[in-house]
Amino acid sequence: MSNILELENINYVYGVGTPFEKRAVDNVSVSIKKGEFVGIMGHTGSGKSTLVQMLNGLIKPTSGRVLFDGADIWENPKEIRKIRFKVGMVFQYPEYQLFEETVYKDIAFGAINMGKSSDELDRAVRKAAEFSGLKPELLTKSPFDLSGGEKRRAAIAGVIAMDPDVLVLDEPTAGLDPMGRDVLLSQIVQYHNKRKNTVLLVSHSMEDIARVADRIIVMNKSRLVMYDETKKIFSRGSELEKIGLRVPQITKIMLTLKERGYDISDGILTVDDALAEISSLLKKEGKIW
Amino acid sequence: MVRDVAFGQFFPGKSLIHRLDPRAKLIMLVAFLVIIFCTFTYPSLLIVILFTVMFILLSGVPAKFYFKSLKVIIFIVIITSVLNMFYGTGTPLFEWGILKITLDGINRAIFVSIRIVCLILASSCLTFTTSPTDLTDAIERLMKPLGKIHFPVHEIAMMMSLALRFVPTLLEETDKITQAQKARGADMESGNIFHRVKAFIPILVPLFVSAFRRAYDLATAMECRCYRGGFGRTRMKVIHMSKRDVLSFAAMGLVICGVIICNILLPAVL
Ligand SMILES: Nc1ncnc2c1ncn2[C@@H]1O[C@H](COP(=O)(O)OP(=O)(O)OP(=O)(O)O)[C@@H](O)[C@H]1O
Ligand SMILES: [Mg+2]
Repeated sequence: MSNILELENINYVYGVGTPFEKRAVDNVSVSIKKGEFVGIMGHTGSGKSTLVQMLNGLIKPTSGRVLFDGADIWENPKEIRKIRFKVGMVFQYPEYQLFEETVYKDIAFGAINMGKSSDELDRAVRKAAEFSGLKPELLTKSPFDLSGGEKRRAAIAGVIAMDPDVLVLDEPTAGLDPMGRDVLLSQIVQYHNKRKNTVLLVSHSMEDIARVADRIIVMNKSRLVMYDETKKIFSRGSELEKIGLRVPQITKIMLTLKERGYDISDGILTVDDALAEISSLLKKEGKIW
Repeated sequence: MVRDVAFGQFFPGKSLIHRLDPRAKLIMLVAFLVIIFCTFTYPSLLIVILFTVMFILLSGVPAKFYFKSLKVIIFIVIITSVLNMFYGTGTPLFEWGILKITLDGINRAIFVSIRIVCLILASSCLTFTTSPTDLTDAIERLMKPLGKIHFPVHEIAMMMSLALRFVPTLLEETDKITQAQKARGADMESGNIFHRVKAFIPILVPLFVSAFRRAYDLATAMECRCYRGGFGRTRMKVIHMSKRDVLSFAAMGLVICGVIICNILLPAVL
């Protein structure tokens, strides 16, 4: 599979030339394959949001190149809007961007900016609403009358309606109840499976990332410290803990068991996997049949 | 980004000027501004310049930032001094057609530009070394006598400090909303003026919504802590005059006397 996004030696410095200069992204190079689900994790302030905002040209790297489908997105700055339709971006607190009279119109905003024709538009909006789990009867309401979770979904739908090739979500589940998080996350996974597009998910929840990501980028203090398959990342539990990250609880239990000398494979991420692993281990030792 | 705009920047520090009572600083600034415009001889201008250099050095804020604050007004300074140069009276030194430069004109230009520069430097010194809260606090205390004639001093001071407090927050929020709308393809850079004004709606609406939400939240939070206006309200940080302030008043007094004496003893150049 080919790379859809490539970052080459990206640096980003906030407030250049002021006493508050801050290097938020330090020499990051990474390639993202088409159709992958990539998780991004890192401590607060490690540069995740800054990094993803460079993927669709919202901010321009201080130095380095961003390639989309092999072409430098900043080659022609006038065309940068086109990239924003291809790389859709949902912000950390997306509910602050709602402004239209109705939810329907708000979801349509991006698609209208793209210049979609009207029946195409209607289909895109309704499908996006469905994908993000927004009930059809909410479409005629004012976005300001929605609950927090519904606002979040409406904002996500607004980006999905543009049908981007790459969907970037910056902590889409922050501040939602546990049930809401699970539902939203599985809807994103469903969308990914159906649409077969590339998804980048920034999250603080290791459980969430462990469940959905194929690969994980780990950021620490503005640098990219790991980029590997999910299982391999979580088998490096002690390294993660050193940079203030936690592995999922179940992974930690399994790693501890392994340290105690049990024959358990690396990177167990879900309770189901753990159950299978433990029962096969018990079978092997003849404790159960 | 919007956030890069410098707005009444405050540089926390522990210099002599930082530690002065904000009321004293405010009074001295007003006195100094008056005295700047009462300089009519070169020696008195020199006194003013020396005093300005002195408090800039004492403030401990890098000179770079004072230059930055001058950058904004450098054009005004140049234009007014050039205009003044041609408006002098007396025998011309140079003449090109209707334009003539006289000694008087040159004097005027020098005085005007130095006065404006000192004025900006002195005001910057106040905002650089005094936090916005201290400043509004000082204004409230100084205006207190107006309360006797039912002027809502406390309310106005409270509004000022709240407004100052929320300027950076709102700028930051404008930034975030702009980014989010740009991500949905909002186009703010092209099109005619009508188009561009319309393009701001997606930013203004969320901004207002969030400003109102903040205002309600703040009001609730203040009520929960039993805020009920200024009457009988005591302060956590009571500002008071100390020996430092008295000494600086004395220094200010010397400057004023110096300027006045120069004005009396020497012939005015303007
Ligand atoms: N607009 C800005 N101006 C100046 N500094 C900034 C700005 N935005 C972020 N920073 C700084 O850059 C660093 C990286 O910030 P960033 O928002 O990318 O972190 P993050 O990994 O997304 O954190 P979080 O998990 O809290 O969202 C932080 O130290 C932050 O203080
Ligand atoms: Mg972030």
